[in-house]
Amino acid sequence: MKLKTLAIAAALSVSTAITAYAEPLKVGMITTLSGGGAGLGIDVRDGFMLAIKNSGNSDVEVVIEDDQRKPDIAVQLADKMIQSEKVDILTGIIWSNLAIAVVPSATAQGKFYLSPNAGPSLLAGKACHQNYFNVAWQNDNLPEAAGQYANDTGFRNSFLLAPNYPAGKDMITGYKRFYKGDVNNEIYTKLGQKDYAAEIAQIRASGADSVFFFLPGGMGIGFMKQYAASGVDIPLLGPAFSFDQGILQAVGAAAMGVKNTSQWNKDIDNAANKKFVEAFQSEYDRLPSLYASQGYDTANLILSAMGKASVKDADAFRAALKEADFDSVRGSFSFASNNHPVQDIYVREVVKEGDVFTNKLVAKSMTGHSNAYTGDCSM
Amino acid sequence: MTITLFLEQILNGLQFGVMLFLMASGLTLVFGVMGLINLAHGSLFMVGAFAAATISAWTGSFILALAAALAAAAIAGVFMEILVIRRLYGRDHLDQVLATFALILIFSEGTRWIFGSFPLYLDTPQWLSEPVSLPGGILYPSYRLAIIIIGLVIAAGLFVFISRTRLGIRIRAGENDREMIAALGVDISRLYTFVFALGAGLAGLAGALIGAIQSVQVGMGEPVLILAFVVIVIGGIGSIKGALIGSILVGLTDTLGRFLLPIAFGSFMESSSATLIGSAISSMAIYLLMAVILLVRPQGLFGSAS
Repeated sequence: MKLKTLAIAAALSVSTAITAYAEPLKVGMITTLSGGGAGLGIDVRDGFMLAIKNSGNSDVEVVIEDDQRKPDIAVQLADKMIQSEKVDILTGIIWSNLAIAVVPSATAQGKFYLSPNAGPSLLAGKACHQNYFNVAWQNDNLPEAAGQYANDTGFRNSFLLAPNYPAGKDMITGYKRFYKGDVNNEIYTKLGQKDYAAEIAQIRASGADSVFFFLPGGMGIGFMKQYAASGVDIPLLGPAFSFDQGILQAVGAAAMGVKNTSQWNKDIDNAANKKFVEAFQSEYDRLPSLYASQGYDTANLILSAMGKASVKDADAFRAALKEADFDSVRGSFSFASNNHPVQDIYVREVVKEGDVFTNKLVAKSMTGHSNAYTGDCSM
Repeated sequence: MTITLFLEQILNGLQFGVMLFLMASGLTLVFGVMGLINLAHGSLFMVGAFAAATISAWTGSFILALAAALAAAAIAGVFMEILVIRRLYGRDHLDQVLATFALILIFSEGTRWIFGSFPLYLDTPQWLSEPVSLPGGILYPSYRLAIIIIGLVIAAGLFVFISRTRLGIRIRAGENDREMIAALGVDISRLYTFVFALGAGLAGLAGALIGAIQSVQVGMGEPVLILAFVVIVIGGIGSIKGALIGSILVGLTDTLGRFLLPIAFGSFMESSSATLIGSAISSMAIYLLMAVILLVRPQGLFGSAS
């Protein structure tokens, strides 16, 4: 595994808006670039680097490393980045179990950590920290919106399915927090499991009127294809993670029409989003996913804070981050008291545009939604 | 829990077992005949799946895709054997593990380099996409039923091949005494290449069959590889019969464990912690099975005591 150092050169000389504190800043990105979860990490990285490139800011240096989705490797990389690379900000982790392993020690050493994806309840509540900012969502958020949507649709008897790891439990908790009907059954599967024949058989026999599931990445591909082939026709719903742009093409027609909840979609109507979707497509020749949008927002948040304060002045920089003074591609965005997003959450539907499977917005599920853990956090 | 659900779960366990058998049979032959630990067997599974996805996208034919998977993995196996594996027969197991682990990394990164990091699309053929009704009111995906049939046919074919044909006799002889069979004029290195290619082809076929209902992506072979090793340890190293029985035991234990343990725990404790504990224990179930079998029969169910 080679250390990839990417020094970002400003190709174009743009305006001097960011010269007020032209203090160089070093970002360490630890993300998943190999193995089954690589698509997610690559999207976060590409979204992040696109924002840096478009800003033309040459004072940001980004060091990128692959955690292989293994907590022990993520911890080693974080130590290396803090001690020998001397980074100012860490970011990039996709998986909640890795975030829980890395974030507390990084923030305790005075570094900033900006999460572009994972938002475990532990780090939003009891273990919150003033230097930890989540730019994506608290894990419970998207399933909370799914629970709300289930009520609105009239589902009264849901079957729940998620992998057995921190985010899986958060997702189920989030759904149940807003969903008012009965829980038919609640199943936790092994993380990384690909075959769901046993679970689908139970769904078939359950008599439920809806299935809420959270199976990110390759797990979701397997589940949806097998579900479609099983002939079970109970409606599916879930957070966006099984419906992102990276995996929809591999699922194919099996995902058509499924409702999922997300804080972002490519058709959210604002100038920043339009620019992001176009720039991402022309740079990487594919449609962006929600992970890419989160990486993009994370980089723009850092750039906005850099324009206001030097990262060496931790208090000022922290205050600048907290202002969230950047044009988020998802529209309105601010931080709650525990540094997690307050944002709108939408319901999307999987559709086919030409030859490409993608999502379109169908409704707004929640407006200005925060998270349930602000009270547990001492900030 | 109804009897229909239980029978459907048995079928699921059987299907999982048969799929494992396609992986484990090649692994056990290679280990039994050549004494070689091949960690890169999972990479051949991946090669099969990617070849199938590519050919299926080109031609739209699932049968051609399966043939391509078999051929691509067998060819990859031949190259792997001639270029790398052949140099490892005389070495000890640690060297073999190191070299074949390196092969995993090379295959994974090579595949990523060619196909990218995003999963590929491979779906079941149209004519196997609808569920079928079985006696007893069971509605079962026809594709999974096809996997069970293909797997059992291949198992029977392998069994006949190993026990009844001349080549099979040579393979078994090579397993017992490789110097002697070489002295009798059998070209042992060609025999080894053939056995390796056979195992590789079966792994590739398994990759394509499974890729169509799961996901075709880099690193898909390694989790299956671990289970295949469990299977051959349970079944007895080198035994095709052992691989079949071991596969089905592991398949049934895993599927029924995932299904029954949470229910069993739910009978005497609160439901949400029962599902957590039940699912945690069910993910250990096959390793517990392996431990028990090794305690009773250290050489595996059908292994010969050495």
